[in-house]
Amino acid sequence: MRSLTDLTLTEANGALRAGQFSSRELTQACLDRIELLEPSLHSFITLTPELALVQADQADQRFVKARKGAGDMLPPLLGIPLGIKDVLCVRGVRCTSGSLILGNFQPPYHATSVERLLQAGAVILGKTNTDEFAMGSSTENSAYGVTHNPWNLDRVPGGSSGGSAAAVAARLLPAALGTDTGGSIRQPASFCGITGLKPTYGRVSRYGLVAYGSSLDVVGALARQAADVAVLFSVIAGHDGRDATSADRPVSPVDCETGLDRVFRDLRVGIPDEYFISGIQPEVESALRNFLSLLEANGAQLIPVSLPHTEYALPVYYLLAPAEASANLARYDGIRYGPRLPADKMWDVFRRTRGELFGPEVKRRIMLGTYALSAGYYDAYYGKAQRVRTLIEQDFSRAFEQVDVIAAPVAPTTAFRIGEHTDDPLAMYLQDIFTLPANLAGIPGLAYPVGFDQQDLPVGAQLMGPRFCEDMLLRIVCAYQAITDWHLRKPAFTNSR
Amino acid sequence: MPLTIEDVEYFAELARLDLKSAEKEQFRRQLSAILEHFRQLQEVNTDEVEPTSSVISPESILREDEPRPGLSLEELLRNAPHKDQDQFRLPPVFE
Repeated sequence: MRSLTDLTLTEANGALRAGQFSSRELTQACLDRIELLEPSLHSFITLTPELALVQADQADQRFVKARKGAGDMLPPLLGIPLGIKDVLCVRGVRCTSGSLILGNFQPPYHATSVERLLQAGAVILGKTNTDEFAMGSSTENSAYGVTHNPWNLDRVPGGSSGGSAAAVAARLLPAALGTDTGGSIRQPASFCGITGLKPTYGRVSRYGLVAYGSSLDVVGALARQAADVAVLFSVIAGHDGRDATSADRPVSPVDCETGLDRVFRDLRVGIPDEYFISGIQPEVESALRNFLSLLEANGAQLIPVSLPHTEYALPVYYLLAPAEASANLARYDGIRYGPRLPADKMWDVFRRTRGELFGPEVKRRIMLGTYALSAGYYDAYYGKAQRVRTLIEQDFSRAFEQVDVIAAPVAPTTAFRIGEHTDDPLAMYLQDIFTLPANLAGIPGLAYPVGFDQQDLPVGAQLMGPRFCEDMLLRIVCAYQAITDWHLRKPAFTNSR
Repeated sequence: MPLTIEDVEYFAELARLDLKSAEKEQFRRQLSAILEHFRQLQEVNTDEVEPTSSVISPESILREDEPRPGLSLEELLRNAPHKDQDQFRLPPVFE
């Protein structure tokens, strides 16, 4: 029998509206499942069960009113339990960013994306685990402990939105918010066998997001299928006057139902040579090739494209993002928030507080960014990286003159072992080679499952599209998920519970 | 050219980070390897290329300068580790 937590967001939405169960029942089912599985997964930093049940009851009152014909239009996420990555502010709920330096920080305001979810009627179950300040590809850099991959508890869930991805994959909740600066939504979605959207830069407000790399950071959604991601995306996207980089462009609703059988017809899918490198796990490549064959069999054209500067995305990103981070993280000084380590002079308060409460990866990136921005190295590193970023963006612009979308792997391998790359930062950074370019170019990317490897770990693929074309990416993957079932598989460990 | 311990100390001081001696050596080694890897950027010809600092096209985002409600003093001070009446409390900046 399917339990309430097996329902996708879209199914739960329909059932709540039809009165088959209440939001309180659904929320309680999620909380029960969290109690059962969370000790093995550790996907949350903070749970908010009391808040969730209050919000669920409020949603139920609106359903009752609506059934009596007295309510207004029901908002799109009414009564749906969600998780929020712990770098997004929820007013009054501790926000750690995975760091000790924010400690017990209680935000005095909501992030815009969170506010929009709440206005849409969502129920907030808690704050999900993340690498410290979203700096990492495995969630191992969280000061609050590592998250385990529900497909294999010895493996990482990916990162930095690993808590959100693991919670959705283990069906603790139907969907969650994440953020993606260099792949932090797409790579964990891929490692956990779910669907995750990194929107166009500027599409979703960054107000209330703890800043990491401000020219790259994007808020997005993770869920079990593209249709669910589309619901969340259409709620959180749109202009916000509180974020100066927010795009003032209308968000068209994403139709994930009609005409899906025609989506692949004459679709021009670009295949970039540069993403099929040696060193890629053979099952990752073969699953992607199978996906492409299916598209071709349904009428899509596969067209080779070239993105010649792809190999430089890694150094460009790992100079620019740490440079921006070194400036953004200057605010953590033990004065306005977070704990303070005592010292006799102010400068020593700064040095001690930052030296002891930032974790190793954050300190490494602050050092790298400080180096790249320092007099004497600025032109050779930071300036050079900004210029090569332009070339990477131009690669995509040229490619999108020939094709509608570009298909690529998300990561070179499936989920790696906990501890496998922790001693070698460069090896960890290399995990991001296929996701970084979309962030540098500011274009949207959607990751979704396309198969499993021999160890039963999910394999993901990604579609990248021109700026503001999230709806096209979502419709393509909706159409794919209508004729495949990779996204419906359930981790074996959760079956036995 | 690999970084020296003095380089690491210099950048740590710019970033106001106290590092333990084991950390300094670890960062010296790791950052040297990372920067060595990043030297590949120098092979790209960027003579005619403009830098990108943001993918957003620069446009005016000015609004009318009208007062709006903001956060209260109490909300702003609530997370401070040390405060004194309506102010953040911190140790002296100078001797």
